[in-house]
Amino acid sequence: MTESTTAVVTESILTVSDLSASIDGQQVIESVSFEMLPVGVTALLGRNGVGKTSTLRAILGLIERSGEVTVAGERVDREPTHRIVQRGVGYVPEDREVFASLTVAENLRLAERDSSPNRALVAELFPDLTDRAGQLAGTLSGGQQQMVSLARALVNNNQVLLVDEPTKGLAPLIVMDVARALERAAETVPVLLVEQNLQVVRMLAKKAIVLEGGRVVYDGSAEELLGNEALTKELLGVA
Amino acid sequence: MSTIVLLLITGLGLGALYFLVASGLSLIYGLMGVLNFAHGSFLTLGAFAGWELARRMGGESWGTLIASLLLGMVVGALVAAATEFLLIRRLYNRHIEQVLVTVGLALATVALFDGIWGTDPIYVTAPPWLSHTTEILGARVPNDRFLLIGAAVLVLLGIVAFLRYTRFGLVIRAGVENRSMVTALGIDVRKAFTVVFAIGGAAAGLGGVLASHYFGYVSPQLGGSLLIFAFIVTVIGGLGSLAGAAIASVAVAILQQFANYFLGGTGDLMVVLLLAVVLLVRPTGILGKKA
Repeated sequence: MTESTTAVVTESILTVSDLSASIDGQQVIESVSFEMLPVGVTALLGRNGVGKTSTLRAILGLIERSGEVTVAGERVDREPTHRIVQRGVGYVPEDREVFASLTVAENLRLAERDSSPNRALVAELFPDLTDRAGQLAGTLSGGQQQMVSLARALVNNNQVLLVDEPTKGLAPLIVMDVARALERAAETVPVLLVEQNLQVVRMLAKKAIVLEGGRVVYDGSAEELLGNEALTKELLGVA
Repeated sequence: MSTIVLLLITGLGLGALYFLVASGLSLIYGLMGVLNFAHGSFLTLGAFAGWELARRMGGESWGTLIASLLLGMVVGALVAAATEFLLIRRLYNRHIEQVLVTVGLALATVALFDGIWGTDPIYVTAPPWLSHTTEILGARVPNDRFLLIGAAVLVLLGIVAFLRYTRFGLVIRAGVENRSMVTALGIDVRKAFTVVFAIGGAAAGLGGVLASHYFGYVSPQLGGSLLIFAFIVTVIGGLGSLAGAAIASVAVAILQQFANYFLGGTGDLMVVLLLAVVLLVRPTGILGKKA
């Protein structure tokens, strides 16, 4: 595994140890271990199909897995998904997964777990959603659906956010809107971000973890990784 | 003309009965992916509970009828919730085992009902008005059809209101669309499963008491015979779609009535042919979501 030479903040909000997972009997990640910064954005990177999405889903228990997962020092891997989320783990899935037959307001209301949800923050970050509260989420554009998906996670006071490819398939202008929303969110809650767009990673991430073949092959500074063209090309296939 | 009116209204009445059974089946499948072959047992038990109460209270008053309808609903809801909690909960995503358990439960409960109430039909009594007829456009329509139609409309409106205006309803609507995402929002979707089973059981229990008045008797086979058509209705309407179940219930029952009258008693055959056509042309059913 490639190690960064720069020391990073060590107190972890999310720790994954020896995490393996399978889907329909096929192993998708193997003995993945890493720690996540308690502040800012940690990027989980890698080529297509290396197990980034599976890692997030395994942390939440959405797929069959073994290994240890702790959130703020407490072990959660024996708990069902809804309990893990109730501990303050917000999730923004790949492909948004908004409830198409529910309105925007219903999507957000469904996500509210706290007695005092952050509706003001959501309204500030995504004013368009306030205007479209009564619209069916299935009729929104891809960018608007991504806003709903992010808003569902941000409406609660989470300890950590797991965000999976939030800019996938979005127009460049919308990509920057999403990046700015994530930057703002990361001021108050640490984010584990799966992202293919390296420009967004450069803008947001302090730390990077790179997976290859279902294993961690880099764990260190995002700046050092992305500043080293040869290493970036070797690990991510792009520069 | 009067024959057409009679067939239409009696078809609506029969469709109402199908809907009361199919609404629960459809919701349960839509949310949990469970094909509940024991659903007919909830109906039969509701019917027997209603009859037991009616014979103790004296069966010919409206008060007795309303009390027996309410008891049928409560018994159906409780038994369905207990079935989900004790048997089905352990078997989510294990479809073969679900089928085996619910089929086994259906067979065992029919045998149990045979043991308790005997195998012969037990004839029920009702307020005299229900056995009279009302003339509409020259057709003399049995009054019990109006009770069936009214009850089914109330159940449909009640379920729609529950789904639209309550937190549980929101969870259920979202869960029908994407169950794992509901869980990923921190919601214990299993509670919604129990609630949906209870709602389905209540509708079936109510349907059981009404079916006993429609057919004039209650028997251990009552639920099983209606369940077959309820499954057909659920598939034609689209698994998981309440509106689809309502539309298909009416369409199937009216087709059945007309075919029985005009095509020499071929109603059941026509329903199966309709099912085949729908499966070939639109496999997801009228309002079912695409796989």
